[in-house]
Amino acid sequence: METVFALLVGLFFAAAVYLLLSKAVIRMLLGIALLGNAVNLLIFTAGRLTREVPPIVADGDQTISGPFANPLPQALILTAIVIGFAMFTFLLVLGYRAYQELDAENTDTMRLSEPENAPRPPLTY
Amino acid sequence: MASPTATPDLIDLPKAMIDAVTLPGDWLVILPVVLCLFGGAFLLMLRASRSAQAGFAILTVAAVVLTDFEFLMRTLGSGPLVMTMGKWLPPFGISFAADTLNAAFALAAAVATLAVLFYVRPELQAREIRYGFYPLVLIQLAGVSGAFLTGDLFNLYVWFEVMLIASFGLMIMGGRKIQLDATVKYGFINFLATTFFLTALGFLYGLLGTLNMADIAGVAATAPKAPMAAIAALLLLAFGMKAAAFPVSAWLPASYHAPDAGTSALFAGLLTKVGAYALLRSLIALLPAAREFLEPALVVIAVATLILGPLGAIAQTNLRRALGFIVIGGIGSVLIGLAVPSLRGVAGSAIYAFNSMLVMTAFYLVAGLVERATGETDTRNMGGLYAANSPLSIGFFMLVVAAAGLPPSLGFWPKLLFVEATISHGSYVVLAAVLVNSILTSIAGARLWAHIFWRQGREGEGSERRNDRLKPLSAADWRWSAVPAGLLILIVAVLGILPNEVIMAGRDAASGLLDTSRYVAAVGLGVAR
Repeated sequence: METVFALLVGLFFAAAVYLLLSKAVIRMLLGIALLGNAVNLLIFTAGRLTREVPPIVADGDQTISGPFANPLPQALILTAIVIGFAMFTFLLVLGYRAYQELDAENTDTMRLSEPENAPRPPLTY
Repeated sequence: MASPTATPDLIDLPKAMIDAVTLPGDWLVILPVVLCLFGGAFLLMLRASRSAQAGFAILTVAAVVLTDFEFLMRTLGSGPLVMTMGKWLPPFGISFAADTLNAAFALAAAVATLAVLFYVRPELQAREIRYGFYPLVLIQLAGVSGAFLTGDLFNLYVWFEVMLIASFGLMIMGGRKIQLDATVKYGFINFLATTFFLTALGFLYGLLGTLNMADIAGVAATAPKAPMAAIAALLLLAFGMKAAAFPVSAWLPASYHAPDAGTSALFAGLLTKVGAYALLRSLIALLPAAREFLEPALVVIAVATLILGPLGAIAQTNLRRALGFIVIGGIGSVLIGLAVPSLRGVAGSAIYAFNSMLVMTAFYLVAGLVERATGETDTRNMGGLYAANSPLSIGFFMLVVAAAGLPPSLGFWPKLLFVEATISHGSYVVLAAVLVNSILTSIAGARLWAHIFWRQGREGEGSERRNDRLKPLSAADWRWSAVPAGLLILIVAVLGILPNEVIMAGRDAASGLLDTSRYVAAVGLGVAR
């Protein structure tokens, strides 16, 4: 099961990197969203996949007997999902504003902060 | 977990939980974060009032400075301070654990933020205050302080994101086109960096089953080497992007000059150093075996960052863009401790990072004053400021000296430590890079100084004619903006002349990184589990 998930994570990463290498901001945004999911799945898989009982101690018991699902990766992922969603939302709005004000279809043309025809370094003193 | 003699329905709590009350002194560890978060939340309620916001933000950050100072004194006197949340014992509960290194960095960050809060008063527009400039600054300081003080790697990720979202808000504030452009670049690359960090965390948890820093320091040595090296490489990439180390540094000079000078001063002082701190902590203290494996790469990265940073600055005509490249050169100096991890090398890195937070903040503040006085951002159109405003020229020159690491600034002493460390380590390439970095930085800085101050007028035909576009700084500019920048320069100069305390603290911080036993024991994990 872990092997299948590992391959799936690899696929997600590959697709995310491919999209992030694009010049269009909207594709990069999709890449970011995909990358976040890839990492969440990775943490989930790294915490080992078990199909047994949920990690709840039964009434009258001190500990859980037998194998149980690891709750920590799920807590980590939950945090990462919330944070990732907030970041993605910000970047989405940012991308929208960039479309309104700049040519976000092609990042090569976004050269305001790094002017393309930068002046040559001064040669005098 | 039940003890055999106890009644079966009672769990033996002390084994799983802390039953002792947290000492009042240990609350210092979370106080900087708590103050900033509550201060930021409270400021949101004061949205309507302009002057109350500024005053309250300054009071909050001043309280954080005092807390961090007291905190630093304690860690110097009695070792690391630790507080674990929610009564769970350390590997389960999230710890805040900080020794001299953490406390000193948190202090420098708070001091830099305080200076910026004073500085922005004359230039901040009512619109920017309404959009939450002050709460964002406080939340960003909360993120930075949290990242410096936490003892848990996943918690570090959370603070990174807190810091990041606040910095997004600050960078876009004003909404000029150039800021949109810069924020797209800054936003994507930094979010990517934290995602890589999260990936490394996933692997680390899968391999070691723990994310508590003290716990990792204990079990990392027994883990298989190859996967640990891969994790360390991923961490190096993630934190290297944050710190703007050479191959992944291009975003910094593309974005830091876009927002107002006060904001970019805040970024230059704080954000890259959090990445540098995370590199020091994770590679030297937590994964020393993996660091050794990566050493050739670290040497190349440090040398390239040291040399290419100031070279970029020489080629620039935009003042704050040039400073961005000088920031990168400073990060190269901090990376030397990773390449040459002797006591001296790491102490040098710690002191240099501390110094760099204050110096680069002051540098951007003075650059902002220069921009106010000339009405230009390009050094070709400045010129002649020496006659119009000689105090600025003195401040700028002292900062050039400090950034290049020449005496009598504080930056000189870590450079001396680097030279000693590289000679005794036999890494002459790094030694050469340290010296070349100083020379190139002084050339870049001196050229900027000559173009802004020394030359009579603007570049071109009339360069010998007096620059007639200079504006005298207003009284408010002097009172609110020049004084904090001057005080930062004064701190760096005084510490440079009387460096004993700083060097002692730097050695203490370095020994805490190189020998984690005290840190681990303070968290409560020293004994065999």
